[in-house]
Amino acid sequence: MNDTTRISNERRAQREENALLPPVNVCEDATGITLTADLPGVTREHLSLQIDADSLTIEGEITLRLPDDMAASHAEVALPSYRRVFTLSKELDPDRISAEFRQGVLTLRIPKAPHAQPRRIEVQAH
Amino acid sequence: MILQALFPRDIFAELERLQRDMQQNFDVYPNIRGRARGNYPALNVGGTAQSVDIYAFAPGLDPARIDVQLEKGVLTIAGERPREQPAEQATVHIDERFAGRFRRVVNLPEDIDPDTVQARYTDGVLHVSVQRRQAAQTRRIPID
Repeated sequence: MNDTTRISNERRAQREENALLPPVNVCEDATGITLTADLPGVTREHLSLQIDADSLTIEGEITLRLPDDMAASHAEVALPSYRRVFTLSKELDPDRISAEFRQGVLTLRIPKAPHAQPRRIEVQAH
Repeated sequence: MILQALFPRDIFAELERLQRDMQQNFDVYPNIRGRARGNYPALNVGGTAQSVDIYAFAPGLDPARIDVQLEKGVLTIAGERPREQPAEQATVHIDERFAGRFRRVVNLPEDIDPDTVQARYTDGVLHVSVQRRQAAQTRRIPID
């Protein structure tokens, strides 16, 4: 392991520790999976979606425009970023994922590969 | 049961969520109105010498339908996030996002000026800012 990978691994470990877990909904139909995630406070530029082998990583940094001298008196959102990892299965087609991000809600559509879509199998009667 | 295995739940993530929920339930909450179910929207409150600022993390709303009211120093944020109807023949694997009506209430300090309240909704965060009254800001008192 060289220095660069060690640093990036350390950074990743740090990030994993210090991130909020965004709530998601996952719904599947015959042609694919729809995933929606709540990521309030994240701008489009600070949202990152990564597909690596068979895992999907959603990461986002919260960017609020705060006055410099602001003192927090109550904080329910106490960490500055979100992170969540999902394992994708083989019949999904990661090359055709489409994403939409609007008012803090991410919607991902992950289609199934055509060969994985359900086919009706004729039962032959003799 | 292949469908169940498509998005296996991350056991550590689940534990973290459970721990957080328990933490929230056991927190001694000084506010009589307690904490909203599902904690939606989450609130951060802060302030400067000039203003009090409330950030409500309320993703996926139509800004025109968020009801923000300030009455006698009590700020109320209310609205509804409609439940998404899954398509027919669809299987719901994970359902964690809040849906339904919500209302969160915050007591503001006494020195605010209710006429100066401003609200803005960006990236799923509602920011309500109220100026403090000038007289309430620290004044140096001269000694004769």
